[in-house]
Amino acid sequence: MKSSEPRKFIQLLPHPVLTMVLWIIWLLLNNTLAPGHIVLGFILAVIIPLLTTSFWPEKIILSNPWVIFKFFWVVIWDILIANMVVAKLILGPSRRLKPGFVLIDLEIQHPLGISILANTISLTPGTVSCDVSPDRKQLKVHALHLENEMDTIHEIKQRYETPLIKVFQSC
Amino acid sequence: MLTMALEIAFLMVGLALLFNFYRLIKGPSLPDRILALDTIYINSIAILILFGIYQQSALYFEAALLIAVMGFVGTVALSKYLLRGDIME
Amino acid sequence: MLENILAILILVGAFFTLVGSIGLIKLPDFYMRLHGPTKATTMGVGSILIASAIYFSQKESGVSAHEVLITLFLFITAPISAHLMAKAALHIQTHQSEQTQKK
Repeated sequence: MKSSEPRKFIQLLPHPVLTMVLWIIWLLLNNTLAPGHIVLGFILAVIIPLLTTSFWPEKIILSNPWVIFKFFWVVIWDILIANMVVAKLILGPSRRLKPGFVLIDLEIQHPLGISILANTISLTPGTVSCDVSPDRKQLKVHALHLENEMDTIHEIKQRYETPLIKVFQSC
Repeated sequence: MLTMALEIAFLMVGLALLFNFYRLIKGPSLPDRILALDTIYINSIAILILFGIYQQSALYFEAALLIAVMGFVGTVALSKYLLRGDIME
Repeated sequence: MLENILAILILVGAFFTLVGSIGLIKLPDFYMRLHGPTKATTMGVGSILIASAIYFSQKESGVSAHEVLITLFLFITAPISAHLMAKAALHIQTHQSEQTQKK
């Protein structure tokens, strides 16, 4: 009897992270913290994941919240730096730029992890992710200015891939 | 102070929009034109938000949000069209 | 004081927006042009939106945070559309500039 109760709770909230995100988005959209909207937002945030549960086949469990937090701030800081760097590269003489493609061998396997890695690469210093190989083993990245290929690959692997592997190793 | 900053910002974002239109008209390839359209919608969000501050009205927020959503869907649809030759499967 | 911060945020945002669009007309090939808008513009619009959030918060004596929603949305969608455009360009084999290494 006791063991069935947590399962019922999980069935009522199949995706707790999605519920939280929907609740926050509802309150932000209405730009209010009025009690009525908090209740209505909560009801919608419970009902919508239940109705759309067949669209979310895999469960996402966020482990290592501290790693996620640190990763978030590293990315924000890198975006700020990236903008300065890219602005300087754009305003400088474009003849001197050495663009190029880089292939990164992926160690991370979780599909969501790969897509977050690709998004992070696109948002940070002078690199845009272009294509994933069909077997999800390699990521093709275009760099605006490629000084040293090995350095770029090493930096991406060390700064972004390592924390993401830690986050997604449990699922 | 704020009004002056806003007027300078209008000028800069307006100039940016003109550059985008140049790329949209000239753009040698189709991806260039899609990129120009993508940049145009992001820049028009910027100019709309600036106008909202200028007019001291929060009404323009909803319009900016709608442009963001629709612009993203438009860019994805156009890129998918180039990739597959049709949008829906 | 607050007004100065707002003015600086707005000017920084407009500057980055302009730089992104300068990159769009100046750089020689499509893959390089992709870098300007995806980064500079996201950052530019981001700081303009933060300025708007601060402005309406102090004007209406309540927290106005819904601009965060657009910022978040742009930061999530900009890399996705950049990725799709790059993929489409690779698919139809858009011209690459001669400077490109490892075509």
